[in-house]
Amino acid sequence: MKKKNADLKLQLEEKKFKQVNRRELLKLAPVLALGAFAVPSLREVLLKKGLGFSDWTAARFFRPGHAATTFDDSDLTPFAKFPINGYDVDDPGVDFDAWSLTVSGAVKRPGDYKLGQVQALPRFRQNTRHVCVEGWDVIGRFGGTRLSDFLQLIGADTTARFITVNCADDYYESLDMETALHPQTLLCYEMYEQPLTREHGAPLRLQIPTKVGYKQAKYLTDLKVTNVLDRVGYWEDQGYSWFYGL
Amino acid sequence: MSGAVVEIIQTNGKEDEVPVAVGRAVYEHPYIVRLCHWINLVALFVMVGSGLQIFRAFPSFGAKIPQKDLLHWPKAFAIGGWLGGALQWHLTFMWIYIATGVLYLGYQIFSGNYKQVLFTHRDLPGVWPMVKHYFFFGPKPPLREAYNPLQKQAYTSAIILGVLSVATGFAVWKPIQFSWLAWMMGGFHYARIWHFAVMWAILFFVLGHLVMVILHGWSNFISMLTGWKKDPEY
Repeated sequence: MKKKNADLKLQLEEKKFKQVNRRELLKLAPVLALGAFAVPSLREVLLKKGLGFSDWTAARFFRPGHAATTFDDSDLTPFAKFPINGYDVDDPGVDFDAWSLTVSGAVKRPGDYKLGQVQALPRFRQNTRHVCVEGWDVIGRFGGTRLSDFLQLIGADTTARFITVNCADDYYESLDMETALHPQTLLCYEMYEQPLTREHGAPLRLQIPTKVGYKQAKYLTDLKVTNVLDRVGYWEDQGYSWFYGL
Repeated sequence: MSGAVVEIIQTNGKEDEVPVAVGRAVYEHPYIVRLCHWINLVALFVMVGSGLQIFRAFPSFGAKIPQKDLLHWPKAFAIGGWLGGALQWHLTFMWIYIATGVLYLGYQIFSGNYKQVLFTHRDLPGVWPMVKHYFFFGPKPPLREAYNPLQKQAYTSAIILGVLSVATGFAVWKPIQFSWLAWMMGGFHYARIWHFAVMWAILFFVLGHLVMVILHGWSNFISMLTGWKKDPEY
């Protein structure tokens, strides 16, 4: 029962006041929804959806015309200090004489491409930042041919959604077509103006300054243009982000 | 909006009895403010916990070769178990954290309730007397409103830090697509340092906040749950 006394101050009966307080407390119930994350089965689903939403948003932020920052030669991390990461061995023992890039999928000219054919395309060199998911970064000098030029060479259907790659160490990755067509995305065969060393992915690797390090697959053996991702990526299959654009 | 004052009375239902006043109560914290406070308490806890697990993957702000670790944060006090797990938590809860922050800021601005907590130049003269009282046993200045000048300074700073945690986080997450943001912070490498530093500043605030909440008693604490503070000091 509310009454106004002579001083025009609002009065509230103690019982009603307690009721109001209880109701206001109950209005906070939605906060308890966060408790879903404490339930192991729900947690997996929610985190997967959360990561997926992050990936979706990340893809929305990608601007095909926007270049990654490039640096002066004086900013380069010394080659000896450029880390080597892998999931298995650093050198899978590629036979360079026998090596070819096996191209398949939605392309007019599938088949095996030798390194010479890749290197015959225009070469681009760039000083860009390499960011590892672990948190460290270095600035390297990379050289190679634009993936977009190679896709033209093989007669790729660039309206397809994905590029997938396989590697000599059984690593595998996939790329959205938009990023594949980005002018800084390279089929890289050089570092610091020298041919790639074995540990850095010889003879050919992806170099994608607009993506995190683990998407820049080394020792490529196969490349496929496709609308279906049957295999996503080594680290993605462990629970890491697929799009991971920088 | 906050500010409503009531007199709590006891009656036994008879028609012309005079009610007995048993206390006053002020409506200090509107629903949206309380909702956002408790959601982001959880969200911030997860962001810090998972953030520290992410940090463990490369606990340094120097070179990778040679690697010199800054500090070894224990796995037991981190969320996610490993880098992959931590990133899932971090990249999921960041959206909850941001959405709640936007809801809070939007509500405060559009309802006008921000006036309760925003630190302005008018609060400057009141800061030192409050500092003297809290830290140097000075006299207790008269309280006229829900938040004293020092509190306003603390909470306003906390909100700014919250915004900075998101800005620095975005620069670390997308240093190329948010290149202008990353540039303002000195590039990706520095943005990572800023992000880490802002986290510690927020933790410092949280520590002070918890101490103050404990010192200021039950009625004050309950007001962030129900909105109402019984027998306020002003």
